[in-house]
Amino acid sequence: MGRNTSVKSQFISGVSIFGILALCPIFFPIYWTMILTEILIMGLFAMSFNLLFGYSGLLSFGQAGFFGLGAYATTISILHGVKSIWLAMLIGMAASAIGATLIGFLCVRRDEIFFAMLTLGFGMMIYTVAHNWRELTGGSDGLSLFMVPPIHFFGLEVSLEPPRAMYYFSLIIVAAAVYILWRVIRSPFGLMLMASRENKDRLYFVGANVKNIRLFAFVIAGVMAGLSGALFSLFNHMAAPSFVHWSFSARPVLMTILGGSEIFFGPACGAAIFFVLEQLVTSITENWMIVLGAILIPVVIFTPKGILGTVVSWFTDNKA
Amino acid sequence: MATRNILIVENLHHQFGKFKVLSGISLEVPEGRLTALIGPNGAGKTTFYNVISGKYVPTGGKVIFDGIDITGMPAYKIAPLGLMRSFQITNIFLKLSVLENVLVPLALHYGKTFSCLTSLGKEKSLAEKAMVILDQVGLKDRAFRPAFELPYGDKRLVEIAIALARRPKLVLLDEPTAGMNPEETERMILLIRNLSRESGTTFFLTEHDMKVVFSVAQYIFVLHQGELLAEGKPSEIRENKAVKEAYLGGALDA
Amino acid sequence: MESFVVNLLNGLSWGMLLFLISVGLTTVFGVLGVLNFAHGSLFMLGAYLSMWVMHLVPSFWAGLVLGPVLVAVIGMVIEVFFLRPVYDRDVSYQLLLTFAILLVLDDAVRLIWGPGYHVVEAPQILAGVFPLFNHSYPVYRLFLVCIGPVIGGGLWFFFKFTRWGKLIRAAAMDREMAEGIGIRVPLLFTAVFGLGTWLAALGGALAAPHQSIGPSMGERVIIESFIVVVIGGLGSFPGAFIGAIVLGFLEAFGTVFAGRIQMALPYILLAVVLLIRPRGLFGEK
Repeated sequence: MGRNTSVKSQFISGVSIFGILALCPIFFPIYWTMILTEILIMGLFAMSFNLLFGYSGLLSFGQAGFFGLGAYATTISILHGVKSIWLAMLIGMAASAIGATLIGFLCVRRDEIFFAMLTLGFGMMIYTVAHNWRELTGGSDGLSLFMVPPIHFFGLEVSLEPPRAMYYFSLIIVAAAVYILWRVIRSPFGLMLMASRENKDRLYFVGANVKNIRLFAFVIAGVMAGLSGALFSLFNHMAAPSFVHWSFSARPVLMTILGGSEIFFGPACGAAIFFVLEQLVTSITENWMIVLGAILIPVVIFTPKGILGTVVSWFTDNKA
Repeated sequence: MATRNILIVENLHHQFGKFKVLSGISLEVPEGRLTALIGPNGAGKTTFYNVISGKYVPTGGKVIFDGIDITGMPAYKIAPLGLMRSFQITNIFLKLSVLENVLVPLALHYGKTFSCLTSLGKEKSLAEKAMVILDQVGLKDRAFRPAFELPYGDKRLVEIAIALARRPKLVLLDEPTAGMNPEETERMILLIRNLSRESGTTFFLTEHDMKVVFSVAQYIFVLHQGELLAEGKPSEIRENKAVKEAYLGGALDA
Repeated sequence: MESFVVNLLNGLSWGMLLFLISVGLTTVFGVLGVLNFAHGSLFMLGAYLSMWVMHLVPSFWAGLVLGPVLVAVIGMVIEVFFLRPVYDRDVSYQLLLTFAILLVLDDAVRLIWGPGYHVVEAPQILAGVFPLFNHSYPVYRLFLVCIGPVIGGGLWFFFKFTRWGKLIRAAAMDREMAEGIGIRVPLLFTAVFGLGTWLAALGGALAAPHQSIGPSMGERVIIESFIVVVIGGLGSFPGAFIGAIVLGFLEAFGTVFAGRIQMALPYILLAVVLLIRPRGLFGEK
């Protein structure tokens, strides 16, 4: 598969994607800059999901739980007087980390459908809390952030209220998170994940505590989901129970399948396809889901590698 | 100089529900001696390996490896002590490259399991060690091929390479030549013989192919219906009446 | 005491509906190995199509019979064209494919019948109420309580004594063996998926007068029937029955003793069962 060349080409493509993304707001109208912000945030969410799905072979149907923990904890801490965005986001990530550790500890013992159902169950428990603990979470209305506090760095005060500022803020955070994910996948631990996906019994017999390996991946994915949730709440100026619902957990799953789970940037590409299509389709008809479903069915049947995955393997096959 | 016993099994029992698979097996494997465990199908060979390597907790008895009581220890704790095994059915990491298949146990061995921000590509010493092992089993030139692309015989070699990667003291080989053609079998026999002589690892293998057993093993245990029927040098086993009967005569003369 | 009996009947009537739906889901999983995410949508389609027939003919009973049959035909079409290509794939891809089908069906319903709610009247004979202590209790719910065991018994008879039932059980146990003794497995799979769909749709048709019909009714049902079949043991009949009754009761009595966390009870139950008995209450090892 020529992994050694693909490391370099992935890094280069990553850097060039970042460069292109940094230039986008100059040419794009505000509206599309906002769509792009959403793509970045959800792309990170989908890529964190794929650390479990594509790399570890674990289909989680509860990632919205950690996304929501990040969103709510960030929003709540700002509403309760935390002035620093950085601190609020850290609190959001910490909440997801704690949640993912507790839930992951129980879930990683199971495989396949049972893992999917367990994560779905725990995700929905978090949803119930978000929906019913009205005093803290605002119940079914959620919480509104009327004002996102400005960020401070190196003595500079930058407001995140203008959409372009929010875009660049998200871009930098997402790029940093994606870089970390990339390092994780290239590391010895990343190899352990792929080995556990390929053959967890054998991994166990060569001396690995597979549960701990999975748990660590679960926590990393949970924290990254929490980070994207934190960004999403700042971007939308709110945290709502719908962020935590299982149908929200289905989003990264769909994006990953669309883009391809075997390619590092596949899920993010899927997120881009998802939102661009949504924009195009909803300008014509309200029934966007029927179109999405109608696209997903042939994608699952005919291109199990996803759209980006299929395109990439075209190119590599032609080269060979 | 008396050789040390690397593996001591004392009065080992195992049963699934009411079905007794192993009843009271005691044996010793001295360090460095290429030992084999044979027996007709259903004699309990694979169960014996599964119990020793930590897949099942035995219902009775003791397993002592290298002076440590490992009875009932989970597999992932046994492997680091220096006891590895291979499997009868090819059990490798199919979508990983051959090199990566060997890097998995190596990374575990050198405590890199949770190092998640360093680059695997920069772990030169791990890669070098992996290449040495691949060279030993004769897969060096296929190191970067994904394992699923290899022919069957080579996949079995990957199986062996994984078991060898941690430089174990003892390797249990569960039917290493199962399903191989004569050529591949020949290559495997040579490999095991060489490794046993040169690597400082003790090999304990099961086989149902008698030709393989008699050509490779220095000492043989015979398992029959969950009990140890006989033990001895190949020449002794060949002449043993009880063993001949257990195999319904004939089979041993072939 | 009063409220206890009312809750009991409420729990039973919902539990019986859930049982019908879950039996379909669990049979499809047992034979085809596919956990069908679109099962709730087929349930919903059952409600809508039987409503459509009821208005067309107009007779409640015609709708109850014809609606589910129409949905079963749709189900068989789905199996032939969409599920067949993915049987040899990973479980997650099958789950995702049926999820995509869910998206299409749900939105199609919204497109055809609109986003609003519809109400279906129970037939004359089942329409009234009967006195229960100081309250009046709808006859229709009692009808639901009775119909569950009737259909459950019919299914049991079908699987135990009829040729087709035995064939399906054989194929569920060992696909290769079934092929070996000459069962045309692809045809059987289609039939089983049709049966599963029919059960979901029948549940929908029966639910129609019991709750209002809306485009999100499938969503709640799919998650609940997932929980039922997973805690009962995937592929298990008695498991589906017990699981459905338990879930029905949780719903009816939950508000009494659990208050605000009632909503979370099914998920807590799911997690506890999966952690203690990974294959569910009646699942094989």
